[in-house]
Amino acid sequence: MNIALNLVAVRTVIRKEMSRVLRIWVQTIVPPAITMTLYFIIFGNLIGRRIGTMDGFDYMQYIAPGLIMMSVITNSYGNVVSSFFGAKFTGHIEEMLISPMSNASIIIGHVAGGVLRGLLVGLLVTMIALFFTRLDVAHPFIMVSVVLLSSIVFSLAGFINAVFARKFDDISIVPTFVLTPLTYLGGVFYSISMLPEFWQGVSKANPILYMVNAFRFGILGTSDISITHAYTILIGFVVVLFSAAFFLMKKGVGIRE
Amino acid sequence: MNALTIKNLKKTYDNGNQALKGIDLSVKAGDFYALLGPNGAGKTTAIGIVSSLVNKTDGVVEIFGHDINTDFEAAKACLGLVPQEVNLNLWDTVGNIVSNQAGYYGIGRKLARQRVEKYLRELRLWDRRNDIARSLSGGMKRRLMIARALVHEPRLLILDEPTAGVDIEIRRSMWEYLQKINAAGTTIILTTHYLEEAESLCRHIGIIDGGKIIEDAKMSTVLGKLQGQVLILSLADDLHVAPLLNGFVTRLRDDNELEVEKGPEHDINDLFEQLSIHGIRVVSMRNKANRLEELFLRLVDSKSSAEDRE
Repeated sequence: MNIALNLVAVRTVIRKEMSRVLRIWVQTIVPPAITMTLYFIIFGNLIGRRIGTMDGFDYMQYIAPGLIMMSVITNSYGNVVSSFFGAKFTGHIEEMLISPMSNASIIIGHVAGGVLRGLLVGLLVTMIALFFTRLDVAHPFIMVSVVLLSSIVFSLAGFINAVFARKFDDISIVPTFVLTPLTYLGGVFYSISMLPEFWQGVSKANPILYMVNAFRFGILGTSDISITHAYTILIGFVVVLFSAAFFLMKKGVGIRE
Repeated sequence: MNALTIKNLKKTYDNGNQALKGIDLSVKAGDFYALLGPNGAGKTTAIGIVSSLVNKTDGVVEIFGHDINTDFEAAKACLGLVPQEVNLNLWDTVGNIVSNQAGYYGIGRKLARQRVEKYLRELRLWDRRNDIARSLSGGMKRRLMIARALVHEPRLLILDEPTAGVDIEIRRSMWEYLQKINAAGTTIILTTHYLEEAESLCRHIGIIDGGKIIEDAKMSTVLGKLQGQVLILSLADDLHVAPLLNGFVTRLRDDNELEVEKGPEHDINDLFEQLSIHGIRVVSMRNKANRLEELFLRLVDSKSSAEDRE
């Protein structure tokens, strides 16, 4: 493989993705900022005052990492699925398919675009959170690595969704019926220690729980689950989803006739 | 050296449609090659396989000796494609579309900028470089697709009906441009439904029908197979009766327009000699139908009849 060629190609895809995100910033940056501001006002400030503390933290502080992670996850996923499906729909995906860039570079470029948008929105939501509460970072490396790995996982998932999608409806099914419920039940707003034992067990089957909790551990130093388990799950998902995406591209599923 | 070599190429779609039934094709480097065929003949499938947009069922495809499966980077680097359908990112700017394409081929920013300017200027789109593709006219979109296909300076350029739906002025300017880049060394494969376009531009011709190549030869050789021609002569003076000419069938279309059917055994000199004897002066002459069109229809029709007989 020509590494120099593929590096330039990946950089080009990333630049294209970022220029798209910034060109349509009203659709990509503003909505999550508004939604998260509402979450902080309603759940954190108004309802949170009545809840008091959770795991020894002010409720606003407790939910902030989860809300940041939620915005990273949804934006990473949303960016890749809409961009890649849009390219398939209009046909300009062919620009990449006929070029000598490798399948891995096509995946990496799009995933990097998703990660950058996820992190950009995550940073914005963090800045909004700082208007409402104080966040001291307990474990910076864990915070950064978990948010990065989570963003990669959901960018890859968005890529696979886009590969299979045949119409615009298909790109909203997973976010609506899978991603949103798993995120809300992933410990963003509560500690699973509050749940009965059976539901704690069920919650542990939700991968987003590990991401939210590991990220919360990075910031607040508290978690419902083992950080080692969280890393194992995150790295496992990255490997499995990248392999799946690569296999689909190689076979040309949904892309080549 | 061959720019493109196709051996026993087969494609069967999932629905069982056998689009290509084992085609063999060679296009020499530097050639201007017309790949013709009726709708659904397999042209676009063949081009799709060559450009990696369609997975082949069987066979070998080499671009300048590089196999598209085992040596795909080198093969793809040699190829530029202008597809049949407009497949531009309509929300991106003209300049970005071309420079992104350069990036996908590993061309650095500095060189890409130079190439973008060069090709957008040559295709008269430089003034529109900051406009989104959606705002361009149909002809401009086609020119943008050509600029995009050329930005990495491919040795083989495939154009799949590049002038479909384009007005005659733009079509002619595209012809001139394609002839210019062919003269500079780029091998061109053209598919088109405008047969006069193929006749005036291309030196070799391949006709594909029903997933098989039914003709592959020099344009002059193929046109030489025409059994006869029908010529329309515009006359200087009015005639009231069609003249009797030995070896030719004549018919008056109008007082000053004579239709002459000529067989392969007679040449045009014979015709003019006989017309002179009759004192008929000819102002101009044209073929009743495009020669390639006539031949194309004959070849495709005879194949259909043969299949019907089977």
